[in-house]
Amino acid sequence: MKLRPFRLSVLILSLFIPAALAAVVLFLVAYSGQAIIFNGLHFITGITWNLGDLYDNPVMVRGIQVPAGAEYGILAFVVGTLASSAIAILIAVPLSAGTAIFLSEAVPELERASRSVLPWLPPIRPVLAMLVELVAVVPSVVFGLWGIAVLVPFIGHYISPTGNGYGLLAASIVLALMITPIIASTLYDALCQVPKENRESAFALGATHFEVVTKAMIPMVRTTLMGGVVLALGRALGETMAVLMVSGGGINMLPTSLFSPISTIASFIVSQLDSAESDPTNMSVRALSEIALVLFLITLAVNAGAKLLSSGAFNVRKRQ
Amino acid sequence: MSASVSNASLTSGKSGLALRRTIVSTVGWAACLMALALVIFPLLDIVGVVAINGMAAINWDLFTKDTGGTNLGLANAIEGTFIITIFAMLIAMPIGVGAGVYLSEYGKNKTGSTIRFLADVLTGTPSIVLGYFSYIVFIISFGWGFSLAAAAITIAILIVPYLARITELALAQVPNTMREAAYALGGRDSTVVFKVILPAASSGVITGALLALAISVGETAPLIYTAGWSDYRWNGQFTNSPVAYLTYVIWTFINQPDAHSHALAYAAAFLVMLIVLAINIGVRLTVRRGPRAG
Repeated sequence: MKLRPFRLSVLILSLFIPAALAAVVLFLVAYSGQAIIFNGLHFITGITWNLGDLYDNPVMVRGIQVPAGAEYGILAFVVGTLASSAIAILIAVPLSAGTAIFLSEAVPELERASRSVLPWLPPIRPVLAMLVELVAVVPSVVFGLWGIAVLVPFIGHYISPTGNGYGLLAASIVLALMITPIIASTLYDALCQVPKENRESAFALGATHFEVVTKAMIPMVRTTLMGGVVLALGRALGETMAVLMVSGGGINMLPTSLFSPISTIASFIVSQLDSAESDPTNMSVRALSEIALVLFLITLAVNAGAKLLSSGAFNVRKRQ
Repeated sequence: MSASVSNASLTSGKSGLALRRTIVSTVGWAACLMALALVIFPLLDIVGVVAINGMAAINWDLFTKDTGGTNLGLANAIEGTFIITIFAMLIAMPIGVGAGVYLSEYGKNKTGSTIRFLADVLTGTPSIVLGYFSYIVFIISFGWGFSLAAAAITIAILIVPYLARITELALAQVPNTMREAAYALGGRDSTVVFKVILPAASSGVITGALLALAISVGETAPLIYTAGWSDYRWNGQFTNSPVAYLTYVIWTFINQPDAHSHALAYAAAFLVMLIVLAINIGVRLTVRRGPRAG
């Protein structure tokens, strides 16, 4: 076979991607090795994250040096992550569905109606679609800023019984705002691709426009919608800055209400930078590395699920 | 809809059902409109709050003074974001575009689909995980300390998969006849790619680069663990010297008690949003001018 230097060089460039991913996994596993041995299953089931006494002499446990009294349990962060993402999805799905349906079905008709009266009216749909798209690129730290400036005081004043706005609800609402564009644009594209015949047959059967949408079009795009939701879930689980800024940073306890302060896995990693650096045994850095590994595995599983859904592996034939 | 109007005039036995259908439709559309309003209003509010507070805080000192001392300006953070982004793009562009070329031109095989899949996995990896990875590798193991090199490499890892996939999509739009014509004229692989395919797909590649730029300007979490923070400007060293960046100002200064720090946070948020907005407009212009608009 002829040697093709150009093809070889672009292949080598593209191999950087698998190499980077492999390096991430390898280093996280290698670095968290001692933490995995020390923590065992307690890592997943424990609620308390205690760095131990960093100024006392370290003690040896199972052949590993740890600060006296150190204990690393992440259950509270796992629950915080799952709860905030789940509530965010619960808020975002109806909002996205309404937005996508309105933009794809009602707006064209409104435009047709208004165009005859106001012919100079700018096209509504591209403007709205652009706004939704724009949000997808607004940095998450700006969402967090808005959360602190507007949302948290609002929740504290009007909703929270304790008067404290930081917590699970604030984190979920900010997350919901961030993932709504993902779900809405997925659903919007899918709705636009429903064959004209399906819509028209539903109309011909005497369905109202709303029935056409809910009974004939939505069932056709259900799988795509699920794919979008799972993709958004993956995004929400890994979201860091916005959550960190409004979640209240609760540790060592499980959330009991919508207003409990929480930490997610991602936000906890950021908040622990200082304490990680002050641990002479390096054990907290290793435990954080184990957390990062857990977060990586969770998002990997969720994104793989999204991929399977959108590739149509679960595309069951619809009832006709 | 006209359908619901005619339903209402049907026989009296069906009018209950018809009425219910009309009501359900009306309520349904109202709910959709409400959902749209609930999405649009907070988003407009985000832009509005940041723009109003940010513009009020903009003054000349922001661009000439550092945050150090009595925190007056953002010059160090603006410069830091700028150099981190530049170096990250310098690292990521050749790798990302090269990988995109491979995936589109020669990647219709098992290797290609594996790389494609792994690129998607890397895209889905939370940025804080990448940041923590860089922390244990560059800062702890290599002993670089918080530094420009660690920050730029981390951001590069973050944006390479985006660049690769967007470049691949752009190159896939180039018609095969152009490749065949170029090869028939005796072009070598590199000539075909650099002289024919990349120029034809340039608008798509530029779009990818601009999106990568937007990501690296707006990213925060991985930088906390790699760039650190400095109250002063970059001293020209790649390692062992922390770098300031704009997004750090937003998340720490808003939690300070004094109004002046808040003003700096809003100013930083306003600048970041302006940059991202400008990039977004740039993307729109490139896409419109490209050979295949839309």
